[in-house]
Amino acid sequence: MVEWTDNERAIINSIFSNLDYEEIGRKSLCRCLIVYPWTQRYFGGFGNLYNAETILCNPLIAAHGTKILHGLDRALKNMDDIKNTYAELSLLHSDKLHVDPDNFRLLADCLTVVIAAKMGPAFTVDTQVAWQKFLSVVVSALGRQYH
Amino acid sequence: MSLTPKDKATVKLFWGRMSGKAELIGADALSRMLAVYPQTKTYFSHWKSLSPGSPDVKKHGKTIMMGIGDAVTKMDDLERGLLTLSELHAFKLRVDPTNFKLLSLNILVVMAIMFPDDFTPMAHLAVDKFLCALALALSEKYR
Repeated sequence: MVEWTDNERAIINSIFSNLDYEEIGRKSLCRCLIVYPWTQRYFGGFGNLYNAETILCNPLIAAHGTKILHGLDRALKNMDDIKNTYAELSLLHSDKLHVDPDNFRLLADCLTVVIAAKMGPAFTVDTQVAWQKFLSVVVSALGRQYH
Repeated sequence: MSLTPKDKATVKLFWGRMSGKAELIGADALSRMLAVYPQTKTYFSHWKSLSPGSPDVKKHGKTIMMGIGDAVTKMDDLERGLLTLSELHAFKLRVDPTNFKLLSLNILVVMAIMFPDDFTPMAHLAVDKFLCALALALSEKYR
């Protein structure tokens, strides 16, 4: 089981309570699709992904970004059992969506960059440590049920 | 994943804005890497202190950024330009090349903090490609 200090819990809760899910979700997913274009393979049915501009204006991508970010709420509400919280979602990504789990890490890195840009200097070393620890637990849980 | 002329221009532009604060940026990126990925501390067991403000971290952050700055001027042939550095990393330092990615991410984080509006996805792409190419050139002599 992952151990969280009170400080880490406070940091993670603070980030989420100030989060604009639509803005950050859209920006993170778009950034992932642009910086790591091979991730576009999973979005064949999402309309025009021709270049960075069309990706950034794509409403389906924006909506999906928001959805992904709200998916993190589950981890936030169950920080002491993220592994089991995501068991079903992990199976979904493995068996139905067929997403290479390395992509979770790529999206997590983009999310970190977007949050850093948003928070600026408030994204201190300690904040980044807690944030990336949280994301790495989520990424690990999402990849856990692959078989 | 080679660098396009546009990628190179983007990297040069950002480097121009960063070079004056190279020491600060290097120290910040290095501190973040050491904290977020504690396994990277294993390469610095000879340092007195690994905490963010420490003299060793500041000095080494500067060294790294000077190296990157040099690489920016040699972008058209990184492999040849970084030959000596690659030999250093391969035969003396023997840093597992996987760690280059970890430092790269933290350089990107520091850039996002410094340039929240200008570090667009396209800029991120260009800089990430450059840092990947740099890492590849650095590991050229490994085996």
